[in-house]
Amino acid sequence: MFPILGKEQLSPTITKFVVHAPYIARKRQAGNFVIVRVIETGERIPLTIAEGDSDEGSITLIVQAVGKTTKLLCSKEIGDQLVDVVGPLGNPTEIAKDSVVACIGGGVGTAELYPITKALHEHNNKIYTIIGARNKDLIILESEMAECSDHLFVTTDDGSYKRKGLVTHQLKDLLDAQVEIDAVYAIGPLPMMKAVSQLTEHYGIKTYVSLNAVMVDGTGMCGGCRVSVDGQMKFACVDGPEFDGHEVDFDELMKRNRTYVDFEQEADRTYCEAHKSRVVA
Amino acid sequence: MSVLNPLKPSERMKIPRQESIEQSANDRSRNFLEVSFGLNEERARVEATRCLECKNPICTEGCPVEIDIRSFIQAILQKDYLGAVKKIREANSLPAICGRVCPQEEQCEAVCTLGKKNPAVAIGKLERFVADYEMENNLFSVPEISIRREGKVAIVGSGPSGLTCAAELAKLGYKVTIFEALHAVGGVLRYGIPEFRLPRKILDLETERIKALGVEIITNFVVGRTATIDEFFGEWGFSAVFLGTGAGSPHFMGIPGESASGVYSANEFLTRVNLMKAYQFPDYDTPIRAGKRVAVIGGGNTAMDAVRTAKRLGAEKAHLVYRRSKKEMPARVEEVHHAEQEGIEFLLMTNPVRILTDGQNWVVGMECQRMELGEPDDSGRRKPVPIPGSNFVIDIDTVIEAVGQAPNPIIQATTPGLKIGKKGVVVTDESQRTSRDGIFAGGDLSRGGATVILAMRDGKLAAAAIHEYLSRKQTNHEDDSPLYTNSYCQYIS
Ligand SMILES: Cc1cc2nc3c(=O)[nH]c(=O)nc-3n(C[C@H](O)[C@H](O)[C@H](O)COP(=O)(O)OP(=O)(O)OC[C@H]3O[C@@H](n4cnc5c(N)ncnc54)[C@H](O)[C@@H]3O)c2cc1C
Ligand code: SF4
Ligand code: FES
Repeated sequence: MFPILGKEQLSPTITKFVVHAPYIARKRQAGNFVIVRVIETGERIPLTIAEGDSDEGSITLIVQAVGKTTKLLCSKEIGDQLVDVVGPLGNPTEIAKDSVVACIGGGVGTAELYPITKALHEHNNKIYTIIGARNKDLIILESEMAECSDHLFVTTDDGSYKRKGLVTHQLKDLLDAQVEIDAVYAIGPLPMMKAVSQLTEHYGIKTYVSLNAVMVDGTGMCGGCRVSVDGQMKFACVDGPEFDGHEVDFDELMKRNRTYVDFEQEADRTYCEAHKSRVVA
Repeated sequence: MSVLNPLKPSERMKIPRQESIEQSANDRSRNFLEVSFGLNEERARVEATRCLECKNPICTEGCPVEIDIRSFIQAILQKDYLGAVKKIREANSLPAICGRVCPQEEQCEAVCTLGKKNPAVAIGKLERFVADYEMENNLFSVPEISIRREGKVAIVGSGPSGLTCAAELAKLGYKVTIFEALHAVGGVLRYGIPEFRLPRKILDLETERIKALGVEIITNFVVGRTATIDEFFGEWGFSAVFLGTGAGSPHFMGIPGESASGVYSANEFLTRVNLMKAYQFPDYDTPIRAGKRVAVIGGGNTAMDAVRTAKRLGAEKAHLVYRRSKKEMPARVEEVHHAEQEGIEFLLMTNPVRILTDGQNWVVGMECQRMELGEPDDSGRRKPVPIPGSNFVIDIDTVIEAVGQAPNPIIQATTPGLKIGKKGVVVTDESQRTSRDGIFAGGDLSRGGATVILAMRDGKLAAAAIHEYLSRKQTNHEDDSPLYTNSYCQYIS
């Protein structure tokens, strides 16, 4: 069992948890994830490790309540236990050194981007960070990201905070202003990573994206997380989760990720009906 | 001839082979309860009287772990069922499991003297009968471990090879810890083989028995990621390691359309159902898209399990597509037979070439071609070759591929100096030693996809080799250091 040591609300729907998992805390590197099962009857879901504290023996997970499992997780309190946490899984991010990079986070993807940005910062890179979300409420970790970036830009789709528009608008402005960028790290919803990759391909800039495929085991055993990269079948959990954005077949993955939507909606509806009073919309 | 069985050999030969009592095909293809109830006492005793009690019981030679089959059958004749199961346990620690899943027709029963002219003695069914007798009457007793030996052993993977190796070493007095990547114990016995062939209560019971020997089991621990083998030898203080991580990485055929929604590896399909209980959605949260018209590709046990599971999940049409003939199917004959009874449609000498999808990437059909047997290949087997112009489309909405699997590469990639052979298997000698001192391996990891009993055999041989290794070795580790600190007790299941 993995007890929850800390909990903080980052936005109405995004929660940060600190979970006791000493072995994972010691080994985790930027880009790694864990597979979590909240309760005995629960499903196994992947969550990026946002931070680790090997002294305290804890890892930080940032969770957006979007479906049954994440809502259930977000309803857990300090002292509650998660039944399973396994990791660190996936390959760590290739961290560039002494170069100029852009880090681009969309929505809760910013939580996944944060440890990478921090590692890039520690490796003496000049960092342009762009974080974006649908609206102000969904912008997270702004001050943390600012701390490890040389320049920070924020966009919201609806203009409720800072620049109105998409992260790609901001990125394009930078590139058009002749900012020399060696590599881009983009993490967020698939359409966002696709748009960033299309843009950077045009400018010939190496782009890393992190793919959130549907996973079961997370150890290369089921093949459910398979994605097409440069026409080859790869398992996101063991060959990734990071891939060259210019080689990923995003359209295929978007369709694959819809395989269980109706099940997810049903599970969510049943859960919300049973927990009406407790759930944030 | 024994005094216990007065029948002459010619009379014994006339007795028909006893059949198990089974759920009707119609009932069972709609539930996940065990298909076969096995032999009842009366049938078991009749079956035992068929045994010729050969002077040279060749059946034992056919058994990968050399169970003294004649003696256990003689114990049944004496109604000493507990004595019979004890006899089996001298060689095989998982009789209730092996009695259910071993391919006896290729092992003991293949060589049985009676089997030369008549149906062989139903050795597997008798094994199951006495194992179930022991279980139902709660007669199992944990062996006394009289001696404590120096040296801690790490077992990686809790499949049959790891469980067997752990039990053998614990009985020898070693401190043993099993590390398992998943949240539950048993390997393929847990996530692969369905409930209707191997009820989980048997596996749970065997796990409890292994724990009762003092073996510690740590789940949620991916060796190579959570800690490496070299760390096991270093800070963790283990003096030997057994690798039994199986061959869990699924192959895909490499035909167009495999990325479609509705295409599963058998591993994923079976894991969702067996490990995650997707068939109880929404009580369990893991979903599965079971399909109304399903095609399973392959001819092994995995294919058989997947197609019969699909049927139980409500498939109106469940096809098995195999490129050779029924004779070549590697699956246990009993499973093939059960599948046929349950209404599985076999498309033999048929090879898929393409999965057809709609605009949303859902499976809408599969194009196949007919095969015929061509020239013999290097192995002397006639190779199936496509018949030109024979292509046709089957109307399906789900494809499950059971076309083989390879060892998961995580351990190999994180353990320098481990010799890897063809298809990613870990190379061992006949005592299960790998190229690295103190590291042993067995089961599907070193064989690349075999059977439960061969995995157990490897686990047993490895335990003997580890015992020899540790006895010879002057260990430098302080053995009285506690293996566990409070901080990671949470992992112990
Ligand atoms: C669906 C199916 C049906 C089958 N039916 C039969 C049958 O009827 N009869 C028969 O004899 N055989 C059958 N087999 C084959 C048989 O199950 C295997 O040969 C046998 O289970 C192999 O045992 P093993 O101990 O080598 O590995 P496995 O049973 O594969 O167990 C390996 C374990 O190691 C764990 N693991 C992997 N990597 C790591 C890691 N890095 N760290 C920690 N743990 C790890 C895995 O999670 C798994 O639990 C079947 C196989 C399948 C897939
Ligand atoms: S070979 Fe067959 S008949 Fe002979 S002892 Fe073994 S089971 Fe009995
Ligand atoms: S999640 Fe199962 S192989 Fe990646």
